[in-house]
Amino acid sequence: MSTTDHAATATTSPGGTPSGTDVEVVVTVNGVPRSATVPARRLLSDFLRHDLRLTGTHVGCEHGVCGACTVLLDGAPVRSCLAFAVSIHGREITTIEGLAADDGTLHPVQQAFQDEHGLQCGYCTPGFVMSACGFLADEPAPDDQTIREGMSGNLCRCTGYAGILAAVKQAAGALRTTGADPRAKHDPAAGGQR
Amino acid sequence: MTTRMVGAPVARSEDPRLLRGEGRFLDDLGHDAYQVAILRSPHAHARILDIDVTDALEVDGLIAIHTFEDLPPRLQQPMPLLIPHPALTAGRTQYVLADGEVNHVGEAILMVVATDRYAAEDAVERITVDYEVLPAVVGPENALAAAQFVHEEIPDNVAAHLQQTIGDAPRAIAAAPHTLEFRLDIERSASTPMETRGTYARWDADDRRLRLYTSTQAPTSVRAAVASFLELPLAQVECIAPDIGGGFGVKIMHPWPEEILVPWVARELGHDIKFVEDRREHFISSNHERAQVQWITVGFDDAGRVLGLDVRFIHDHGAYIPYGLIVPIITSTQLIGPYKLENYRVTFDSVYTNTVPVTPYRGAGRPQGCFAMERTIDRIARHLGLDRTQVRGVNFLQPEELPYDFGLTFQDGRPYCYDSGDFPASLAMLKTLIDWDGFEQRRAAAAAQGRIIGIGMAAYVEGTGVGPYEGGHVLVEPGGKVQVATGLSTQGQGHQTAFAQIVADQLGVAFEDVEVVTGDTRRFQYAVGTFASRAAVMSGNAIHLAAVKVREKALKLASDALEVDVEDLELAEGRVRVVGSPDTSIDLKVLATLSNPLRYAFDDSARIATQFATPADPDAPPVGDDEAPGLEATDYYSPVRSTFANGMHAVEVEIDPETSDIRILDYAVVHDCGNLLNPTIVKGQVLGGVAQGVGGALYERMAYDDHGQLQNASFMDFLIPYATEVPAVRIDHLETPSPLNPLGIKGAGEAGVIPTSAAIAAAIEDATGIVIDAMPISPSQLHERRLARPVTAGEGTP
Ligand code: FES
Ligand code: FES
Repeated sequence: MSTTDHAATATTSPGGTPSGTDVEVVVTVNGVPRSATVPARRLLSDFLRHDLRLTGTHVGCEHGVCGACTVLLDGAPVRSCLAFAVSIHGREITTIEGLAADDGTLHPVQQAFQDEHGLQCGYCTPGFVMSACGFLADEPAPDDQTIREGMSGNLCRCTGYAGILAAVKQAAGALRTTGADPRAKHDPAAGGQR
Repeated sequence: MTTRMVGAPVARSEDPRLLRGEGRFLDDLGHDAYQVAILRSPHAHARILDIDVTDALEVDGLIAIHTFEDLPPRLQQPMPLLIPHPALTAGRTQYVLADGEVNHVGEAILMVVATDRYAAEDAVERITVDYEVLPAVVGPENALAAAQFVHEEIPDNVAAHLQQTIGDAPRAIAAAPHTLEFRLDIERSASTPMETRGTYARWDADDRRLRLYTSTQAPTSVRAAVASFLELPLAQVECIAPDIGGGFGVKIMHPWPEEILVPWVARELGHDIKFVEDRREHFISSNHERAQVQWITVGFDDAGRVLGLDVRFIHDHGAYIPYGLIVPIITSTQLIGPYKLENYRVTFDSVYTNTVPVTPYRGAGRPQGCFAMERTIDRIARHLGLDRTQVRGVNFLQPEELPYDFGLTFQDGRPYCYDSGDFPASLAMLKTLIDWDGFEQRRAAAAAQGRIIGIGMAAYVEGTGVGPYEGGHVLVEPGGKVQVATGLSTQGQGHQTAFAQIVADQLGVAFEDVEVVTGDTRRFQYAVGTFASRAAVMSGNAIHLAAVKVREKALKLASDALEVDVEDLELAEGRVRVVGSPDTSIDLKVLATLSNPLRYAFDDSARIATQFATPADPDAPPVGDDEAPGLEATDYYSPVRSTFANGMHAVEVEIDPETSDIRILDYAVVHDCGNLLNPTIVKGQVLGGVAQGVGGALYERMAYDDHGQLQNASFMDFLIPYATEVPAVRIDHLETPSPLNPLGIKGAGEAGVIPTSAAIAAAIEDATGIVIDAMPISPSQLHERRLARPVTAGEGTP
């Protein structure tokens, strides 16, 4: 019906829309200062995924129900699809990419998900892992029922949750042994290995 | 000896990548692509009178808008009817964009391309469409009543009417000592994978070549469809299924309109294009399943033996029928379950409604069939005052009667014939696992505390591993890695792990050295797809056969090189070695080099290989007639018919006396999928299936109003279970190997979901004494039923 030539004039960052309301957002992500100029309405999830290209954070509903987009904001789990990027200016974010050690060794929560078959397709997994890290920081020694309730803010369509709950339990034990902060990047040298 | 991998609970090799956030899902690709948003119909049934895009042209970032009229003639043709059937006399499929009429809320009307999705949605919002709203047909019975028509030229709303029979059911029922007649209702649900659908296309104008990434369960078929619609040589189209965030059936549908539109517009604009569905779009434009109304008449004797069963049902397939009659045919046949039915008649009408089309969702018609049969058995037991497991027992096919051919035609057009199983043994295991016989004591103890509990069970048989075929390619590289490819794609089933286990065993190599690629047409062109619990059976066996060929080739090469008989050689630890003197050996990677007559000394193994090179016969060609260079092989597995897995579930529930809240206390599964390739993966499949089954039994329903508006198109309102809703499940496996394939395996993917609704209905009925004839059931529905019944009916002691 119609083809416009707007493509030629689109000049923002990839995935960006030219607009008078662009804002520079500066944040610390996984310990590294990052910034991008984005429209004011850019969701934090899109900012992480498409502006910063940290695609480990997933989006399952964009209405705050599934938890796939969970990241840690100043150490507390939040749903990145419910926040605007501009609203977290100057703050600290941890995403799934910030957990494993530099050599790729899995964080105890990640390792537990593998050991307990806590993932199938892996789409919900980053959200569950981040939720678990936040949960275990508050509840270092949870019983089974507390784990079930603590993990009940995230949806998984594949696993039936049994492996996820078992993984959180295993991770709680591993983290208690080392005393590591569940929200910190894994450091195998600090006795963090299981 | 290398440890055997097949059958071991090997940790999945796909996990570390996914856990580190390094997955490559569809929307993780193509950051620089233009993005598509689709304007979808807000009406269930309407004629499109006018489309005005003027306001949208102002949107910053807009690239293009396309309606039906803008499409080339080939794209103006209806989408394919994938699986025709002689009974499907009035099949209709949709267009990639609506041709003047829309038949469900969510049907695609036009496509906007913009620099990002935000801008594309802005443009969609500013487009005005003028509609003449037509009356909507909603619900299977309204469809059959045919006061209104979905498609004007189909005045009864019926796409197909099909009957299958064994013996003479009406006559057997008429002669039976007891008969019962009743109706059952199953509501709509859907796969709702956590990742929605998406498609990303890259057109290389220099090579005139299209690369398509799409979240599909059938990449080879999408490739063929796209090549056809875009009128491109097949060789110029490659289709890749990247990591897929769950499928459960909905992603077997193909091609989706966007799978045609996105590559077409990529070629038109010469730019990468991506479409990713949002969650609301997924609810209103990606296919649903389940909805049926069933009428059952059964005749039986004093022992509860079914003498004749007559089933009629209406299957609501929505606005279009792209997948043919697969779902209702599966219901018709798989309804029989583990029972010996000698007089059976099943009749269905597959009807149009102004709702989202229906194609398979995990279980694919089986949960409905199982619900019909298992509710029937429970009714018989109740009528006769017999134990429900006892009535099942008298009706079971006995192991010595297998293989058993019922004389019906299955979904694959082949005889409906059970190959293996031991139903009495499964039932005995289940009864022990849940302590069935001890339940009355538990019930009494609970009743003494004012608690209401109940127990129920359900059994099923599942045709798995349907044909026609899958293929596998296995290649030993000169570097020592083993490359494996199969054409079907993966949505979380752990194929990379399971298939590597098979190859590691055959070739005696380390599991870590086997690399598996699925769903990439660049690596394997021929495939059917991942559905019908067929991937492990079909591709697993194909890869096994290919690996056997590679093994034979390696043995022959080694036999020539070492001058030792093949019988005296074995493969282990990445080498072919002489049995009894393992120091005489040759590395597989050296054999890989040896297998190619051209061996430049690029590396050590090439240098080593030359020392084994047998002196060439100057009169023979270096590559013989039935030889090929390379230590590799391709093979296909194509079974004569499906292999049948089976299982039984039992569940204990508690009903809150005040609120009728339904709580699952215990859940037990006995499952027979033949030999297990990887017990951890199989268990995961079963547990995931049960969770979806619990959703279907208690929570999930697509709530359409009379106007065809979906009232609950979000995860806020359409409730899929969280961890708090899914019970702990105990599983026991019975392994009766399938005689039909070399690995002796049967499919496991759908099993968990099939009997869940039936078992939970039985338990609620047992707890409350109220007959459960519709699923899902909510606490408020149950509460109303409890309030409505006569006060004399006792609870807790039915
Ligand atoms: S995507 Fe954020 S909660 Fe679902
Ligand atoms: S692993 Fe697939 S959604 Fe959780």
